[in-house]
Amino acid sequence: MDFLTLLQISDSSVRLAIPLLLACLAGLYSERAGIFDIGLEGKMLAAAFAAGAFAAVTGNVWVGLLAGIGASLILSAIHGVASITFRGNQLISGVAINMLAAGMTVLIAQRWFQQGGRTPSLTGDGRLNPITLPFADMFESIPLFGPTYKELISGHSVLVYLALALVPLTWWVLYRTRFGLRLRAVGENPASVDTAGVSVVRLRFTAVMICGVLCGVAGAYLATGLQAGFIKDMTAGRGFIALAALIFAKWRPWYALWACLLFGFLQAVAVRFQSIEIAGVVIPVQLMEALPFILTVIILAGFVGRAIPPRAGGEPYIKER
Amino acid sequence: MNTAPAIELRGISKSFGPVQANKDISISVQPGTIHGIIGENGAGKSTLMSILYGFYKADKGDIYIQGHKTLIPDSQAAIAAGIGMVFQHFKLVENFTVLENIILGAEDGPLLRSSLGKARKELASLAKEYELNIDPDALIENLSVGHQQRVEILKALYRQADILILDEPTGVLTPAEADQLFRILDRLRSEGKTIILITHKLREIMEYTDTVSVMRRGEMTATVKTAETSPAGLAELMVGRKVLLRVDKTPAQPGEVILDVQDLRVVDEKGVERVKGISLQVRAGEILGIAGVAGNGQSELLEVLGGYADATGRITINGTELPLSGPGSDGGARRMAGISHVPEDRQREGLIMDFAAWENSVFGYHHDKKYQSGLLMDNKGILAHAADQMQRFDVRPPDPHLAAKNFSGGNQQKIVVAREIERNPDVLLIGQPTRGVDIGAIEFIHQQIVQLRDQGKAILLVSVELEEILSLADRVAVMFDGKIMGERLAETTDEKELGLMMAGVSGGRS
Amino acid sequence: MTKMPLWADAILVPLISLFLAAILSALVILGIGENPVEAFNLMVDGALKRSAGWGYTLYYTTNYIFTGLAVAVAFHARLFNIGGEGQAMIGGVGVALICLYIPWPHWTLAIFGASVGAALFGAAWAFIPAYLQAKRGSHVVITTIMFNYIAFSVLGYLLVEVLRPAGSMDPASATFPEATHLPNFHDMFAPEGSRMFRGAPANVTFFLSLAACVLVWLLIWRTKLGYDIRSFGKSETAAKYAGISPLRITVIAMLISGALAGMMSVNTTLGESERLILNSTEGAGFVGIAVALMGRNHPIGILMAALLFGFLNQGGAELALWTNIPRELIVVIQALVILLTGALDNMVRMPLERLFLSLRKKDTV
Repeated sequence: MDFLTLLQISDSSVRLAIPLLLACLAGLYSERAGIFDIGLEGKMLAAAFAAGAFAAVTGNVWVGLLAGIGASLILSAIHGVASITFRGNQLISGVAINMLAAGMTVLIAQRWFQQGGRTPSLTGDGRLNPITLPFADMFESIPLFGPTYKELISGHSVLVYLALALVPLTWWVLYRTRFGLRLRAVGENPASVDTAGVSVVRLRFTAVMICGVLCGVAGAYLATGLQAGFIKDMTAGRGFIALAALIFAKWRPWYALWACLLFGFLQAVAVRFQSIEIAGVVIPVQLMEALPFILTVIILAGFVGRAIPPRAGGEPYIKER
Repeated sequence: MNTAPAIELRGISKSFGPVQANKDISISVQPGTIHGIIGENGAGKSTLMSILYGFYKADKGDIYIQGHKTLIPDSQAAIAAGIGMVFQHFKLVENFTVLENIILGAEDGPLLRSSLGKARKELASLAKEYELNIDPDALIENLSVGHQQRVEILKALYRQADILILDEPTGVLTPAEADQLFRILDRLRSEGKTIILITHKLREIMEYTDTVSVMRRGEMTATVKTAETSPAGLAELMVGRKVLLRVDKTPAQPGEVILDVQDLRVVDEKGVERVKGISLQVRAGEILGIAGVAGNGQSELLEVLGGYADATGRITINGTELPLSGPGSDGGARRMAGISHVPEDRQREGLIMDFAAWENSVFGYHHDKKYQSGLLMDNKGILAHAADQMQRFDVRPPDPHLAAKNFSGGNQQKIVVAREIERNPDVLLIGQPTRGVDIGAIEFIHQQIVQLRDQGKAILLVSVELEEILSLADRVAVMFDGKIMGERLAETTDEKELGLMMAGVSGGRS
Repeated sequence: MTKMPLWADAILVPLISLFLAAILSALVILGIGENPVEAFNLMVDGALKRSAGWGYTLYYTTNYIFTGLAVAVAFHARLFNIGGEGQAMIGGVGVALICLYIPWPHWTLAIFGASVGAALFGAAWAFIPAYLQAKRGSHVVITTIMFNYIAFSVLGYLLVEVLRPAGSMDPASATFPEATHLPNFHDMFAPEGSRMFRGAPANVTFFLSLAACVLVWLLIWRTKLGYDIRSFGKSETAAKYAGISPLRITVIAMLISGALAGMMSVNTTLGESERLILNSTEGAGFVGIAVALMGRNHPIGILMAALLFGFLNQGGAELALWTNIPRELIVVIQALVILLTGALDNMVRMPLERLFLSLRKKDTV
């Protein structure tokens, strides 16, 4: 494998890792607050559709982004009402949200665009355009660093940099702010927060809504950045890979970045090569596709360090008598 | 000098659906005193305190704090009114530090740095003032129960509470730790704080409170000066009639050794040794009582004997050795070996609360051949058997189709006791037989246990209530920190000696 | 104190939830510019008024009975098996191997063999998540989701690289031998020369699914294993006290669940397509969640719910054929049912409980 190929694979790893990272951080906020969310997939999908649709109609990607966030927030609100207000089963709610998104996106897409459940292709300002960082051309002639800077570091859309910036930001919020302290506490022992006079309901709703915003950005990036428009089921399990990354990362922001980059890399390799030969053994593309899931199962099994979820995760909070 | 009561409740009522938990309750607590509230389980003490702390809204009635009518719709309002609460089950985040737990909800601003710095200073001065020393950077999960309780008290003081409510604070403490707690409370009182102590232990009320209110079945039956009352008088107020504090029984006639435990050790999932090499014997026709503060290895001992925790050591029944791990060490095998077990917690262990009484009447024995007909279970037979058993053990209502959760605590316990005693076991394990059970059922259950003893069975009784141990057991062994501190004959020992042993003082004589 | 009568809990609550789901679905249909009444009539016409429609409805019903029972058995042990989809896929591999490589003389033997194969493969696919949950504490929900994706990749690999006949472009196995083909409803019930059930996929497997209902009912409520499973599902601590091994029950419940999910492929793979194809499950594993929730984990309820969803699925296909409403409408309806009967259960239940309590108070006063 030559340097240029390596660079291209790294570049597409980053691109593919970004929606995973956004969704993974989304899940991190929700699950750290004690609300399990297996509906990341559905929220991303709804957001991808809304972003694709609105960007296509208005020709403005930012309107699309807002629409995507809005769509995702609606589903978040449903999840919040079901799992916080009515203390329903968070997992079942997540399943329902995924199916709701899978159905509604196609239904509305068909109604609006009659293109068999897709949105019209985006062009020009309807898409997220890459940003060229300063000096990209100037450095190009420097060996190794020049091309790396130009191809890998520069030339991504603004959401890519935003997502990367969210990693330290999330860390800071989680460990250095009042909100972060309360968020972590409510995921570990909601009674501690409640008896301290802080509303568990409001805190958890806030977390679920942050999760909605980030899933919205993730979905919008899929439809307007990674691809040019929405197609049916375009998330293709990314929400679950993000969930896998979250477990892999043990619910921590920096680890989430590395996990998403790893899974992005696996996807990039699977896209680029149909099959890989390592030491004479042909690895089928299906194995590459399945690898994130297999790795997660191995992590879950505790063979590579135990992943302990927030203690109050998945449990609706009921005041004790 | 402000003479208004620190807290005054007027006509508080609260019902949950058809159950009236608090009925027209009025009390008034003077500032700078320790006021006890005593009552049986389910008398409505916790509900009342939850109303005071903003967890529930009273249906009727008013709350006055320092003479001002105060609405307490949530905990925030309670804290603002100067009320601090130390719950029976601590409300701490286990993987946070002491400092983080203390500032949680009382932070100074959106960023933590300044709050943490301020709390650290504040904590140091509180520690000096009230002798509440604690490492601010320790993780809660690494602290002892007594120290965790201190963190709860510090939390309240950090929020400038003037009124401190403690709900059953000594249930999980050793007598020594409890003494320490009361020294702290004494100090707080002398600084002018008002303390409400909720407990069901007469001794604590008599020794430490200034005034005491008694609750029974949701009603406040009396408020008296502690100095002007006696334990017997309070007990009578609590249950509404004269109480038999001793169980009627003849001296034991111990026979052969039935249960023999040698050098038993139990290590829990976290790798902590909970039972540290204990040995004991129970003979036919005697009751061995295991006394001790909750959490000193008694539960683990019962779990091992009952077949749901692994251990090392040697256990024999009638001379036959029982496997302590792997195949043949499960609950089914233990039952086959002649051990019956009334577990400490009937709601979590002894019963399936959603199952009907008839299904619960064979719980644990449902694999027995006599309950099968062919490949299926003989549900008709089980139902008839259950109906008969409920009659004989006076379970009320005697409806086998009713789900276990719909019986009162005492009747639930009777269902469990009936099931285990009717097996006619060689050994009966019985943990906290009367926890959360009304007085009438307590007498009945105690009689059943004594009767089984007189039939020549070996009985191992675990209870955290010293009074129960002393009145029921023939011999008493005290457990502390996974070890047996010593054995005494029930007739020749007393609460004081056992209390010292429970605190880890070997031999009990200091 | 029981808060409401048993019948209200078992029948009224799901009916109200269903009613709410129906209203919301009607609004969705209105929202995409169609007439819900017309749409409903069209669905009834297509699914229930012709024998061929029934033939499809019952074909789907068969799938949903299997996956619904699968979810329910796991639910009784308080395990949420989202992996029905993957277990059914792998069950299909079992059916294909058994039918392709064993020369069955007659379909009666083939269906027996295929059922065993489907059940074994489905159970095997559920085993690892079950074992990891019981032994290592990995959440069965997450692992079964992961195993769905892994199953899809495995199936893809097998169909593309292993089972695809030489020269074929389709990712599908060879067609099973003639002798294994199951009689469909047309073969069984149509009089000579009649067009009854013609072309419809419902087949003898339907009766297998009914038998599964009876067996599951007996298992859960009439055997000691069922008692073990229910006890464990209601209270793990109590189960331990009673000598019920969590490991054993978790694994057994998931094996049964996986076996039932796998047996769905007897209907799809052997009964309908008569070869192994890539997407024969069509989301039935997830519909099973809706069916189990709606049917309150009871075989009779599951049978009714499966019929309902079979009707919806076939009716939805008709809609997609004759109107502009895509088939995804059905997915939306399924989602609404799962949301209302599962996650928002308390929204319906709490006001009802209050109603019954106030009624009772009036009685006693």
